[in-house]
Amino acid sequence: MAGEHDDIRRQKERWERETVGKALRRSPERQEQFATQSGLPVERLYTPADVPVDYLRDLGFPGEYPFTRGVQPTMYRGRHWTMRQYAGFGSAEETNRRFHYLLEQGQTGLSVAFDLPTQIGYDSDSPWAEGEVGKVGVAIDSLLDMEILLDGIPLDRVTTSMTINAPASVLLAMYAAVAEKQGVPLDRIGGTVQNDILKEYAARGTYIFPPRPSMRLITDIFAWCAENIPNWNTISISGYHIREAGSTAVQEVAFTLANGIAYVQAALERGLDVDTFAPRLSFFFNAHNDFFEEIAKFRAARRLWARIMRERFGAKDPRSWMLRFHTQTGGSTLTAQQPENNIVRVTVQALAAILGGTQSLHTNSFDEALALPTEKSVRIALRTQQILAYESGVTETIDPLAGSYYVEHLTNEIERQARAYIDRIDAMGGAVAAIEAGFVQREIQEAAYRYQREVESGQRVVVGVNRFQINEPPPEDLLKVDPAVAERQKEKLERVRRSRDAAVVHTRLEALRRAAEGDDNLMPPIFEAVKAYCTLGEICDTLRSVFGEYRPPETI
Amino acid sequence: MDATTPRIRVLVAKPGLDGHDRGAKVIARAFRDAGFEVVYSGLRQSPEQIAEAALQEDVDVVALSSLSGAHNTLFPRVVEALRARGLGDVLVIGGGVIPHDDIPRLKAAGIAEIFTPGTPTSVAIEFVRRWYASRSAAVSS
Repeated sequence: MAGEHDDIRRQKERWERETVGKALRRSPERQEQFATQSGLPVERLYTPADVPVDYLRDLGFPGEYPFTRGVQPTMYRGRHWTMRQYAGFGSAEETNRRFHYLLEQGQTGLSVAFDLPTQIGYDSDSPWAEGEVGKVGVAIDSLLDMEILLDGIPLDRVTTSMTINAPASVLLAMYAAVAEKQGVPLDRIGGTVQNDILKEYAARGTYIFPPRPSMRLITDIFAWCAENIPNWNTISISGYHIREAGSTAVQEVAFTLANGIAYVQAALERGLDVDTFAPRLSFFFNAHNDFFEEIAKFRAARRLWARIMRERFGAKDPRSWMLRFHTQTGGSTLTAQQPENNIVRVTVQALAAILGGTQSLHTNSFDEALALPTEKSVRIALRTQQILAYESGVTETIDPLAGSYYVEHLTNEIERQARAYIDRIDAMGGAVAAIEAGFVQREIQEAAYRYQREVESGQRVVVGVNRFQINEPPPEDLLKVDPAVAERQKEKLERVRRSRDAAVVHTRLEALRRAAEGDDNLMPPIFEAVKAYCTLGEICDTLRSVFGEYRPPETI
Repeated sequence: MDATTPRIRVLVAKPGLDGHDRGAKVIARAFRDAGFEVVYSGLRQSPEQIAEAALQEDVDVVALSSLSGAHNTLFPRVVEALRARGLGDVLVIGGGVIPHDDIPRLKAAGIAEIFTPGTPTSVAIEFVRRWYASRSAAVSS
């Protein structure tokens, strides 16, 4: 092998000198240097001699450690990824109608978008909710809204992902309460709560409490679900928002896995056994435009996590080593200019996610740089997945790009650089400390600013934005959220407050407050409070009164 | 720029609950690189808090960013809160995911310009510079 590589190396030098040299004298290359979208240098050509891969150690077989080639033994030959379009706007009634529409169109799982007041633990009548009710997702104030949201959805057959973090425990409790009302035993329901607070501090901003109580809420969910909802993915450790905030692909892997390490450590400190909760950890990544870099990113993340779980945390159960992930195509790559071009971007990104081995996928709708997607645009986005799944043939064999010298090189490089970042974060005391110091935020901001400058200088081409522009009329047919939603939501909330048993509400909130002051698991009192129709705002205010609120460090 | 030239002071602010601050932070950096003095409000500011910060920091410009769809409610309230503090001459500009249809109403409410996705930061910088130059000319004449 070494001898063969030496031959290749010699021959490559000769090729550079003779064949390439001649071509370069005739016409130079387009650029002096090439790089991936994230700035990793790209050579002219990769050969086996450039890629030190020990097949059995670094690649192995699908469904086996280190899972580089995929977490399932048969991958998409057995079953396609779950097609899970993120949806939610306006009221629970409207979102319920969109869910039924998506299921009729062949979507195979639900994914709930909540409005900002819900994400930050405010009721729709809070002064903070003004102008925000139902805008970027559905407004959920009490169990009543969750009952309406899930009306007619068989919770024993459909899995649901909920993009909820700071108040994840409350929304999870509401979901479980609806399942009980539907007569579905909790061990028969499945889904995911995002429940990843560290990336909220680092990149997305919908935090409520300071890190310590937030980490407690998260590990309480791990423990409660292990006992009560065994098939629930208790966290979706999210690189998606880190990437949207402007990070590179390497940073996306590094900061996400560093956050994952922090959650594992927090759970171990709570006395949980690693193999009881680690198999329910799941991940969420972004898919941007740089096709090969993205594929390599997914493969590198999977391998790195497997190594961390086995070598660092000593996990024994192979399911604890597996990095299972949902992917969403890159929202920030969508352009408001010539929005139809986004359909092509999304197709390339979705293909990268599939070739990277994703377990579920959300494809963005082409009009999302302008407004919430319409039924038509969301259908095109779903059809994009279905065409890739059923027509393109890319699903018929597993990890078809393995052995590509370039892809293996990038996979190695992303793993190496992400590991170097994780070492740096470890040296700072872990992800929580690195975020509290503003380190992660500053690294992401730097990358975002660098990217923006590349676009503005024309060094980075964005079709329709800084090249190939046209004069275009303003877009039409955008979805608008009815401004009356907020009023109707407030009236519904008033009705809930009037119709429930005020004494029970008081008792349950008191019990929750006492639990928060101590160190019992918070899920049981939250579950009880939710069932008594205590509102999200009341529950979160109770916790705020004990935990306080997070104040971010200055990073600009 | 010599020491006697007053520097343009800008408050970059995120009104409401929207946590998407990539654009706000990028524009804050770009303003700073262009020689402006920049204050960034951080997330979750009420219109009143933003106006209060504009008063305390004695800024010339308030640059608002919102991607959550709450701009129709929150941007005009920032203008009102500025006026209530006697800051009616502060330039207010906005950016984010803002449908084209909403722009005339926002301008009527006193937001001087709206910069939608894909706008180079240089366009916003030039807009502020031109406004500042014309205001200074008006003041000195």
